[in-house]
Amino acid sequence: MKILETLMQKPWTAEQIAVDNTEDGFAVAIPPSKLGLRFFLGAIAVLMSLFVIGYSDRMVLSDWHPLSEPWLLWLNTAVVIVSSVLMHLSLVAAREGRFEGLKSNFMLAGVAAFAFLVGQAVACNQLIAAGYFAADNPANAYFYLLTVSHSVHLAGGLVAWGRVALRIRAGERDIAKLYESVDLCTVYWHFLLFVWLVFFVLMLFT
Amino acid sequence: MAEVYVPPAEVEEMELYHAKSWITKYVFSQDAKVIAIQYSTTAVAIGLVGLVLSWMMRLQLGFPESFDFIDPSDYYQFVTMHGMIMVVYLLTALFLGGFGNYLIPLMVGARDMVFPYVNMVSYWIFLIAALVLVSSFFVPGGPTGGGWTLYPPQTITSGTPGHSTGILLMMVSLALFIIGFTMGGLNYVTTILQARTRGMTLMRLPLTIWGIFTATVLALFAFPALFVAAIMTTLDATLGTSFFMPAALDQGVLNEHDGGSPLLFQHLFWFFGHPEVYIVALPAFGIVSDLISVHARRHIFGYRMMVWAIVIIGALSFIVWAHHMYVSGMNPYFGFFFATTTLIIAVPTALKVYNWTLTLWRANIRLTLPMLFALAFIVTFVNGGITGLFLGNVVVDVPLSDTMFVVAHFHMVMGVAPLLVVFGAVYHWYPLMTGRMLHEGMGKFHFWTTFIGAYTIFLPIHYLGLLGVPRRYFEMGETTFIPDSAQDLNAFITVVTLLVGFAQVVFFFNVFWSARKGKPAGHNPWKATSLEWQTEEVPPGHGNFGPELPLVYRWAYDYGLPGAKDDFVPQNVPPGAEGAEGGAAKA
Repeated sequence: MKILETLMQKPWTAEQIAVDNTEDGFAVAIPPSKLGLRFFLGAIAVLMSLFVIGYSDRMVLSDWHPLSEPWLLWLNTAVVIVSSVLMHLSLVAAREGRFEGLKSNFMLAGVAAFAFLVGQAVACNQLIAAGYFAADNPANAYFYLLTVSHSVHLAGGLVAWGRVALRIRAGERDIAKLYESVDLCTVYWHFLLFVWLVFFVLMLFT
Repeated sequence: MAEVYVPPAEVEEMELYHAKSWITKYVFSQDAKVIAIQYSTTAVAIGLVGLVLSWMMRLQLGFPESFDFIDPSDYYQFVTMHGMIMVVYLLTALFLGGFGNYLIPLMVGARDMVFPYVNMVSYWIFLIAALVLVSSFFVPGGPTGGGWTLYPPQTITSGTPGHSTGILLMMVSLALFIIGFTMGGLNYVTTILQARTRGMTLMRLPLTIWGIFTATVLALFAFPALFVAAIMTTLDATLGTSFFMPAALDQGVLNEHDGGSPLLFQHLFWFFGHPEVYIVALPAFGIVSDLISVHARRHIFGYRMMVWAIVIIGALSFIVWAHHMYVSGMNPYFGFFFATTTLIIAVPTALKVYNWTLTLWRANIRLTLPMLFALAFIVTFVNGGITGLFLGNVVVDVPLSDTMFVVAHFHMVMGVAPLLVVFGAVYHWYPLMTGRMLHEGMGKFHFWTTFIGAYTIFLPIHYLGLLGVPRRYFEMGETTFIPDSAQDLNAFITVVTLLVGFAQVVFFFNVFWSARKGKPAGHNPWKATSLEWQTEEVPPGHGNFGPELPLVYRWAYDYGLPGAKDDFVPQNVPPGAEGAEGGAAKA
């Protein structure tokens, strides 16, 4: 869809009427669910950006004492990257019509995402045990805010993943029926990987 | 990697969910029309709570020291809850959840929203959000009284009513509202973009849909700012973080916060708050355009410009937010920037007003109830908009800030004007929803009482503001620069407020009475062209249209077409059939 071209149309003219009567009702050539997901990701992107803006606004003050990120965060980051890669391999398998590849990669991607969430929880616990409380310093507070908000969104993604996984376990083998769900999960996984990488780099270097 | 999905040459029939029981048909319904009525009923119910709160405020302002049941804490709680309820829980929910759900599928020629289940969940989360908000009246300390803008540090500092539980319930309720709205909003935009019937191009959409669409996009990207503010305030209040809370004395004791930025909260709040004005206004703009066109029997003047104006206003609304913060302290260059963008936004807005006026010029105007409300809206919006130009300028805003002038301005532009559109829309689409007309006599009484009443209330409040009467004051006390007559005026305003409020009973009676006793409306009583009036059944049944979805051959404004049999040609009448017997009436 070309937005400017669309907005320049004169729907009352005979020439435009002839063109318009062939309209199929789709503004963009993707399924509604994928467009809906894109809008949803847009809203989450605003949310996460505002957290980053708040972080950037606060970190320049003198009382900001950066915490030392636990090494576990590196491992977690590797796990979430693996999860995203596996999800993408699942989509590739779906495109190539390989059900077993779709299934195994999809299942492992979810397990890796779950492992990431557990790892994040452990990392937060380690920090709390080391005395980094949210109320003590804004850097601590923002660390927990960013980490938990990202994890909550990934947990939401795992709910969607779980529904598809249950369908597969229940015997669904029709790739055409699974394709859209795997596609949506892949987009979501990649998006959240990007968000985490932004957060991680931000926290690491400030 | 390339998309593998290829769009169909024809719009596929969507798989409709068919209710299997009374519960799934009317309670946990997935039909957008039922969800629309659920949204509207809930919004109006909580709106009535907001109305009663405004009466309480007016009683205090009109007759101070007369009512033992209103103390300063109560007053601030009434102010806060009234503001939030009216802006978010009434107007946003009504325009998008109510009108959006009812009109989008019908006007674009779809059987339902594209994600009906998510749509249903959206309503139930909204209901829970409203109940959580109302529950704050019943907790120790009552609801928050920190002002509807909920600025920290005041909201969570002891001494402010509802600083513990009340503010938390408000934040939880807002967060739930935003989650619920996002679910609904995704439905609205996706249905408009991807589920239109054949021939319904974006530039053939009625302006109502353009208004709702753009407002929904604004809401999807503006509400996250409020969500962020709500989460961070909640953490400040519960975990003792200092996102917004600075070190400050609380009841003479230094609090446990340090270094938080109240200004950051204000930026977040108004990054949501100003688009919120247009989240309410844009659907109103769209609806009023269609009301004027139908009831003036004329195509809307400058359709393309009207669409552009809606889109441009929507885009500009994201870069004017700090004009709400001139007195909070900011770099003068920022003040200049935000004053400039604020004035620029008046250009497309004025363009819309000109186009409404030019649509009316030499038109066959029918002073029906929807038209009366539409005309009243234009006048009111112009009045409210002009005072907005005053407040958009830094040098004029500074002395007027925090006076009743501001209260009068935003009530005219954001309270009265959109509500006039809501009433006009109800009178217009009620025959579609029920198959019966609302009673004209009761409607006229309702219109004149509301229209004249609103001006009798809010024009004097402008004057009070110019006198220097501050807003949010429980009572004036001994204030030498304010004449005694200001108090007389306040008493007068209070009496009128109560009368206008009670006059709404006539409207509600009309709505209930006419549903059974009203004159049968038949098909398309207003002789409108848009698709919602071309359904097989009135009210439209499940799935909206008959076995076949309508095909669209023209835009929504073919009124007075030369050679046509009637003065209107519905969107689904094919070219060449305009003059045929039953051409216009066929649909």
